[in-house]
Amino acid sequence: MSAAATKIIQPLPLNSTTTNRSPHKALFNPLKATPISSFPASTRKLRLTKPNSPHARRRSTSIFAVSDVVQEKKPTSNTFFPNLLITKEEGLELYEDMILGRSFEDMCAQMYYRGKMFGFVHLYNGQEAVSAGFIKLLKNEDCVVSTYRDHVHALSKGVPARAVMSELFGKTTGCCRGQGGSMHMFSKEHNVLGGFAFIGEGIPVATGAAFTSKYRREVLKEGDCDHVTLAFFGDGTCNNGQFFECLNMAALWKLPIVFVVENNLWAIGMSHLRATSDPEIWKKGPAFGIPGVHVDGMDVLKVREVAKEAITRARRGEGPTLVECETYRFRGHSLADPDELRDASEKAHYAARDPITALKKYMVENNLASEAELKVIEKKIDEVVEEAVEFADSSPLPGRSQLLENVFADPRGFGIGPDGKYRCEDPKFTEGTAHV
Amino acid sequence: MLGIVRGRIARGGVNASSLQKIRNQSLIYASSRSYSSASKEMTVRDALNSALDEEMSADPKVFVMGEEVGEYQGAYKISKGLLEKYGPERVVDTPITEAGFAGIGVGAAYHGLRPVVEFMTFNFSMQAIDHIINSAAKSNYMSAGQISVPIVFRGPNGAAAGVGAQHSQCYAAWFGACPGLKVLAPYSSEDARGLLKAAIRDPDPVVFLENELLYGESFPISAEVLDSSFCLPIGKAKIEREGKDVTITAFSKMVGYALKAAEILAKEGISAEVINLRSIRPLDRSTINASVRKTNRLITVEEGFPQHGVGAEICACVVEESFEYLDAPVERIAGADVPMPYAANLERMAVPQIEDIVRAAKRACYRSVPMAATA
Repeated sequence: MSAAATKIIQPLPLNSTTTNRSPHKALFNPLKATPISSFPASTRKLRLTKPNSPHARRRSTSIFAVSDVVQEKKPTSNTFFPNLLITKEEGLELYEDMILGRSFEDMCAQMYYRGKMFGFVHLYNGQEAVSAGFIKLLKNEDCVVSTYRDHVHALSKGVPARAVMSELFGKTTGCCRGQGGSMHMFSKEHNVLGGFAFIGEGIPVATGAAFTSKYRREVLKEGDCDHVTLAFFGDGTCNNGQFFECLNMAALWKLPIVFVVENNLWAIGMSHLRATSDPEIWKKGPAFGIPGVHVDGMDVLKVREVAKEAITRARRGEGPTLVECETYRFRGHSLADPDELRDASEKAHYAARDPITALKKYMVENNLASEAELKVIEKKIDEVVEEAVEFADSSPLPGRSQLLENVFADPRGFGIGPDGKYRCEDPKFTEGTAHV
Repeated sequence: MLGIVRGRIARGGVNASSLQKIRNQSLIYASSRSYSSASKEMTVRDALNSALDEEMSADPKVFVMGEEVGEYQGAYKISKGLLEKYGPERVVDTPITEAGFAGIGVGAAYHGLRPVVEFMTFNFSMQAIDHIINSAAKSNYMSAGQISVPIVFRGPNGAAAGVGAQHSQCYAAWFGACPGLKVLAPYSSEDARGLLKAAIRDPDPVVFLENELLYGESFPISAEVLDSSFCLPIGKAKIEREGKDVTITAFSKMVGYALKAAEILAKEGISAEVINLRSIRPLDRSTINASVRKTNRLITVEEGFPQHGVGAEICACVVEESFEYLDAPVERIAGADVPMPYAANLERMAVPQIEDIVRAAKRACYRSVPMAATA
């Protein structure tokens, strides 16, 4: 199976002969730099820069895959490959995950405008392929660290929709009991380590989780610990110092992490081109000795193939990978964003490349599933999301005593009360009536 | 044993003053013979080093991370010998990337390891403050108890000698304001050992503020403190010297100054009670209030900037809880409200000195004319 897979993923030779680049691709012209070694699974071994040889640096630093962005090419490119990229089960799983992400986010928008949700809510519409493509390949023990645009990452990782919806409503049955909110989805059970509001904040945390995986294997001698961490972040984050600090340390210590850039070209209203000196983010990986890959983030199958290789690389102990997914968010930055700066034609262009329609088309055309089967899935997800809303609606708000809970794992951190005993031992403390 | 040490100091007379003399000498010389052959002496540096060593050998999940902690043996030699003993996977030398490695420590702590992250000085913690506050302190709350962060951030805090404005700030007040953090400030070797062990064993993020000038100071230490399971409780202050006329609260290096000031005051007939706060967050308000109710006068001493400082918090809490007991306004002694100057004489003026504490105590006891507020 793996041998066949190796043969399938050959984006490089295919694309180097094509001249058909869509107009907007002027943004990314990776083929200006001649590809030296191919990634991810070429028959040649992956050549990485040796840090001390300038000659090698010039030659083999560009390790990347170029994705074919023209949608219509997909069916014909498939005839080039003897086998399909996914099985029926995998396809249905991906489809279901993406439909769940889309329906959930649409429902969030509805609920927000009805006043049930409040604060900052950042929706993921349009980027589902990245989440489904990567996270569906993980084991439960692998970790996901995300940004404020984290609902769908949590859902893909396995956090139940009702827990996420309750959390958004601020109810006590939410995954963080209503204390985190939209931007802070944590789940210890599913190893979702947040949910961070500051961009770039999750990257060192993800690197730390990867450090733990390596530490457990080498110091604590848990020999089979090969947990991988995925760090998701956006194009704006790639100009932040913490990103570079972590690329350096992850490469230095060969940590099992994959850095996934969801480049949706906009950081609120700041276009990626206006903010970045070199907009090709995948190029920043090789500067640290990490392979940098660019992939079409609107195509879940391509994302999945790149993800497979990157995750396997990390699991084998070969170190980090930087994957840049070119994607797009159909809605504004947040529900409070009027989204005036983006060009209508750009939005239309990406709307035509909707990942869900693309996967549907692929599955139907390759007889992996019928329209009816896909409709069944859509209906099922609708019910799941409706049920989640009902559950969240009917859940209670957090009790008064919850205000002071969980500040510390060891609540003696609240100190000693006037009577000389620890405050947390005062029975009135958790009722919320004790003076803090 | 703690009670016995306290008793020795409080009894005053020959024993206490010779103890003070020995303390003064040890500022200049290495550990000197104590007047009593029963107690050993240990520098704060050795106390911290032994605490780290013992905790690392007891729990394989504890690891040390920071700049120069490994091959350089520690920028201030606190982690001396640890690299040889535990190897480079557990004593991790990092590049100069505070935000990065503080965050890596937090991520590792999320997953059950127990990192001890060293900042070369706490001034550099400002580069990592996002991780200390946002991803460490707030995480247990945001995740509703699912993810606790058993991490320790340690390093020297406050003014050293002649290092200039960017290396001399005291961060006790800033970190002390944040819910979710525990903030500790040891003074003596006993404090250093006990509090560091408690911090490493604690399941919450702890900011451990040491002092560079105290590293070389020797303190007498009892056998109980040398035991590997010795731990001090977090959130309890220590009464270093009992008295009945005025309460002086201090932490870190200022405890030494307060004790010396108490000596001087004792000669003038004012018996001062010196409280070593040990824990800035949670603040031991009950000990402070009990002491103020006894003496009726309070002086707070700290090295940091005066506005919104630790002294301001102590003063507010005493006014709230023991207002009727106060016979004089609370005196706050803090560093000057300026960035730390470099010139030696200006630096001396910018940091509280023993004479300032003595003067304040006398003012509180109505023995001298109140001064106008200085810078």
